[in-house]
Amino acid sequence: MLLFFICASCSDESVDKYVPTPSPLQIPQLFQNNLLAPVIPTDNPQTVEGIALGEKLFFDPILSVNNTQACVDCHAPGNAFTDTNQFSDGVDGFFGSRNAMPLFNLAWNYDEKFFWDGRVFSLEHQAFQPVTDPLEMHNTWTQVEQKLQQHSEYPNLFEQAFGTSTIDSVLVTKAIAQFERTLISSNSKFDKHLLGEATLTPEELNGFNIFMDETKGDCFHCHGSDKNPLWTDNIFHNNGLDATITDLGLGEVTGDPADNGKFKTPSLRNLAFTAPYMHDGRFTTLDEVINHYSEGLQNSLTIDPLMKKVAQGGVQLSSQDKADLKAFLLALSDYHFIDKN
Amino acid sequence: MQKIFPILFFSSIILISCATDNDDEISEAIVTFNFSHSWDATAVTNSNFNTIQYTNANGEELSITKLRYLISNITFQKSDGETFVLDGYNLVDVTNNTNLSFSPTTTIPKGTYSNVSFTFGFNNDDNYNNNYPDLNAASWSVPAMLGGGYHYMQLEGRFINNITTQTGYVFHAIRAVDNSGATPVFGDTFFEVDLGEVTITNNASFEINMNIAEWFKNPNTWDLNVLNNMLMPNFSAQLMMFQNGQDVFSLNAINQ
Repeated sequence: MLLFFICASCSDESVDKYVPTPSPLQIPQLFQNNLLAPVIPTDNPQTVEGIALGEKLFFDPILSVNNTQACVDCHAPGNAFTDTNQFSDGVDGFFGSRNAMPLFNLAWNYDEKFFWDGRVFSLEHQAFQPVTDPLEMHNTWTQVEQKLQQHSEYPNLFEQAFGTSTIDSVLVTKAIAQFERTLISSNSKFDKHLLGEATLTPEELNGFNIFMDETKGDCFHCHGSDKNPLWTDNIFHNNGLDATITDLGLGEVTGDPADNGKFKTPSLRNLAFTAPYMHDGRFTTLDEVINHYSEGLQNSLTIDPLMKKVAQGGVQLSSQDKADLKAFLLALSDYHFIDKN
Repeated sequence: MQKIFPILFFSSIILISCATDNDDEISEAIVTFNFSHSWDATAVTNSNFNTIQYTNANGEELSITKLRYLISNITFQKSDGETFVLDGYNLVDVTNNTNLSFSPTTTIPKGTYSNVSFTFGFNNDDNYNNNYPDLNAASWSVPAMLGGGYHYMQLEGRFINNITTQTGYVFHAIRAVDNSGATPVFGDTFFEVDLGEVTITNNASFEINMNIAEWFKNPNTWDLNVLNNMLMPNFSAQLMMFQNGQDVFSLNAINQ
């Protein structure tokens, strides 16, 4: 008898409850072939309505304290969702101290540590921070919730996405995270080469070999490979930028001096659009980056052992090898990703 | 009412199954392999990483900053030749304190086995004939120019070199390859770790220890001043790792 009532009540609820439209990620073939499944939280599945809401929020300055700044202002689609400035300025005109990270393939960050210093776990939690950061949107979540609640469209959009028109910060970040997970870059020339749809130039091919050669570039240990087409290990390293470390990076988060100067390995996809480079945007060109690894390494107590030949300044690439490596790296840029966003 | 009948039906099956299980003796055992690490007699965990505190056989003081390695092909062999190979492989990651315990999904019959073993790394069949998304995602693959496949071990750290400067070392084990000629020449460097005769009476956990110091000790006294980096394409260095690796693992205990 009890079971009957339980079943009956479940049945009634299923008729009335609004169910958003599932929108699973379109997983690229190379990712499907070579990588684990993307990370999608069970309490925040991808839905058509959630993604659309997240996209609207991402582009809407309503999240900032004075309605002047949206996520997109520091994460521009034409630049693979990063900022062309070394540091981004917030609503009050103050600048941060780290270069904005580009946004793509975020669902394949298996450890789910976000920001250059890995201070936040999960994409949903990441989205909480810029809204209240005094150097960014400088708002309060209470104010954001009130503005969205009083908006002519948002309550209905939240109802469609999450089955409630009562807006809170958790749902805002869930929607933004859903949108961000749809930013998938997998259509570079090198991707097409791996799929047999494009041919690399001899320079690009030699550049790839330098990248994969432990006696030359030895880039693959941190920056992925044809088997790891994310082109990052999503791990934290000290890559020899400074002899004296002032920005502690991961060390500031963990409190472990052994982590001082470690920052997240950025993906090498879309370098054509993401200058300046490094966590502090110190290098304006790709040539400067390559020169750093070739002869500019600075020794310190936490420099990664993979940064070999530190005493000589780096891996000592020839001019031709540098040019070829650059050609390969640029072949990882995904113009289709830029065009469609 | 249509929903009630399946629920009652399956509930009955579950109850009957549970009753039957309780009356059975366990004939199959779950085996677990736990991996610990030491520098000779001193235990090593990731909390000991990043500090120069160990001295290798050649006298170099060193630290460990990263250690992860692959084991596969856990095999139980009976005296009559019957063999049970447990599915799966395990990437032991000491740095992140993950996968230090490995329980294969396959169980084995209780009984006496003349030999239990596992493979350090992958044999050639496993190394080249499969694509492993979890290992790819862990950036564990080996470049095609070195034959492809996967790393067997990544041991990294810093040492004080002969001019008293701290220097990094990158001690990566792969299948040895000499690609200096027109055709690559390979040398197998995976090896079988023999745990000896074992009688399984119940679910069992094998306590395996890796003595990290052995990688630098016997039969080749490893000179980090000479061999500290770019060892993957170094055929002779890979063979030396293979030789030194033979005494690295030991079985501390079996708990059942």
